[in-house]
Amino acid sequence: MTLAIAIPAGQAEARRAWWRHVSSRTAIYAFLTVFALLYLLPVFVVIANSFRPLPEITQYGLIWWPRSFRLGAWAEAWSHTCVVGTCAGVQRNFYNSLLMTIPATIISTLLGALNGYIISKWRFRGSEMLFAFMTLGVFMPPQVALLPWAYILGKLSLTNSVAGLILIHVVQGISFSTLFCRNYYVAIPDDLIKAARIDGAGFWRIFYRIILPLSPPILIVTVIWQFTGIWNEYLLGMVFTSGRAQPITAALVAMGTAGQEAAQFDVMSSAVLIAALPPLLIYFFGGKYFVRGLTLGAIK
Amino acid sequence: MTITISSSPASPASPWRQRLTSWTPVLLIAPSLGASLIYVFGFTLWTLWISLSSSTLLPQYDFAGLKAYFELWSSQRWQIAYGNLLIFSVVYVAAAMAVGLALAIAIDQRIRAESGWRTIFLYPLAVSFVVTGTVWSWLFSPDAGIEFLVHQLGFADFEFRLTTHRETALYAIIVTGIWHSSGFAMALFLAGLRSIDPDIVKAAMVDGASPARTYRKVILPQIAPIFLAVAVVLLQYAIKTFDLAVALTKGGPGISTTFPAMAVYDFMFQRGQIAVGAAGAIMILAAVALVLVPYALYSAWHARKEGAR
Repeated sequence: MTLAIAIPAGQAEARRAWWRHVSSRTAIYAFLTVFALLYLLPVFVVIANSFRPLPEITQYGLIWWPRSFRLGAWAEAWSHTCVVGTCAGVQRNFYNSLLMTIPATIISTLLGALNGYIISKWRFRGSEMLFAFMTLGVFMPPQVALLPWAYILGKLSLTNSVAGLILIHVVQGISFSTLFCRNYYVAIPDDLIKAARIDGAGFWRIFYRIILPLSPPILIVTVIWQFTGIWNEYLLGMVFTSGRAQPITAALVAMGTAGQEAAQFDVMSSAVLIAALPPLLIYFFGGKYFVRGLTLGAIK
Repeated sequence: MTITISSSPASPASPWRQRLTSWTPVLLIAPSLGASLIYVFGFTLWTLWISLSSSTLLPQYDFAGLKAYFELWSSQRWQIAYGNLLIFSVVYVAAAMAVGLALAIAIDQRIRAESGWRTIFLYPLAVSFVVTGTVWSWLFSPDAGIEFLVHQLGFADFEFRLTTHRETALYAIIVTGIWHSSGFAMALFLAGLRSIDPDIVKAAMVDGASPARTYRKVILPQIAPIFLAVAVVLLQYAIKTFDLAVALTKGGPGISTTFPAMAVYDFMFQRGQIAVGAAGAIMILAAVALVLVPYALYSAWHARKEGAR
C-alpha cells in the first residue's frame, strides 16, 4: 500500500521516506519478475525448441538461446511423426479433438441455456430439488463413471469413437452449463417474463426475445469453460479410444512414452504447442470471460 | 416468485394444445434431468454395486461384501497412492495458496501494466495437465533440463534431479501443480482484496498500523471465506490428480508417485480387478464428499447467519 507522505518534517525525514518507497517498489517488481520468469520458462522452452534443430538441443540443452531456426519439426509433428505405430503426425488427433470439442461444447451450452431458463423461469413442483441433484454432477469424480460408461458405450457401439466421447462430455457438461446459466437467469426479473406472458408470448417466444438477447455474457463464459475443459481432458479420451481415434491429449502422452530413449524434443515441442494452442488462443482473446468463468466455477 | 405453468389466459387455442404448451418446459428438461440423474445416482450405485461384487475381468453382479475394499486397502499400490495424496494435498494446497496470495498482494500495490502481469500468472490454467506435465518432465530431466543448464553455466557439481529419485519425485509433481494452480488462487484473492472497503484500510493506516500489520489484522480476516473456497477447489483438484502425474512421472520411479486415481485405472483396465478398482473409485468419491459436505453445510449455515442479520 502506498502511503501519501506529506509531513513537513526535516529533509532527512523526507529522504528516508523516499528511500523506503523506492526500495519497497523495487522489492515488489523484483518479486513479480522472478515469478513471471518462472511462469514463462515452459512456454519459452517449447516455442524455442520447436524451431531449434535436434543436434543443437542435444548439445546445449533445452534451456539455451536459439542459434539457428528451422520449421521442419512442425511439419514433422503435424504430418509424419509416429503416434503408437501410425506415422502420420498428430493432425488426425488434432482433428479428433476438434470434432469432439466443438459439438460437445455447442450441445452442452445450448442444453444448459434451455435448462437454466426452465429451472429459473418455469418452475414446477420439485424443480429446485432436481436442479440441486443435477449440480452434483459437477463434483463427480470421473473414476466413478468409468465402468458404467464402458458398458453404455459398448451397448451403443460407440466404443473407440469420437461420437462416444461427445456423448460423455455432453452428459457431464450439462451439470456445469445448467448451473452457470441458471444462476445467471435467476437475476433476470420475473416481472419481465410475466409481462411477456400477459402479452401472449409463449415459452419459445420468451426464450428467443427476452432470455437469449440477455445471454451473450454467460454463453461466452460457458463456451470458453466447456471448450477448455473438454479439449484438455485426458482420462476419458485415453480409456475409451485408442490409436487413430484418440484426442490429442491422449496422443501426446502416448508419444512421450514411446520415444523414451532418444527424446525428439524438437518434434515433441511442436506437438505440445499444437495441443496447447486452441485453449491458449481462447484464453488470450477471451481473457475477461475466462477469469469470470473461473470465479463462477469456484463459487459453484 | 413462481410462475404457475397453467395455460396462459390470452391464448384461445384448443385444450390439448394448451395442455401441450403447459407441459413444454417439463418435457424439454426431462432428457437432461434423466441423463444427469442417471449419471450422478445411477453410475454411483452401479459402481458401488460392482465394488461389492466379486468381479474380476468382467462385471459380475453377485454379492461378496467388503472383500474388494479389504483387498484395496491391503494392496501396496493403494497405500502408496493414498500416502502420496495426503502429502500432495497438504503441500500443494498450502503452497499454491501462499504463492497465489503473495502474487495477489504484490499485484494489488498499484503496479504498472497490471493486466500484463495477471495474464502471465493465469495462462497456465488454460494449459492442460498433460501439456504441463510433459514440458515440466523435460525441465526436470538431468540430460536436457535445469540441471543441464546449470552445468552449461559452469557449475559441474550441481544436482537437480527430482524425478529420478523415489523420495523426491512427488515433489516434482507438487512444484508443477503449484505452477499450474497458483494463478487461480491469485485471481480469487485479488478479487477479494479489491472488494474490501478502502476506508477501513485507511482508518487502520491512520491509526499507525504498519502495512504488514494492516494486512494481517484488517485485510486478510475479511477475505477468510475466499481462503476456504480456494482450498476446497484445490483439494478437489488434488483428489482427482491423474493427468499431471501420468504425463510427468508415469507414477514412477517404480510406483513411488502413483495416485488413487491412477491406482483405480490400473486395477480396472490393466490388472482385471474391476471390483477393487470400483472400490477405489468409491473411496475417491468419499474423499470428495468429505471435503464438500462440510463446506456445503458451512456455507448454508453462514448464509443463514448473514440472512438473519
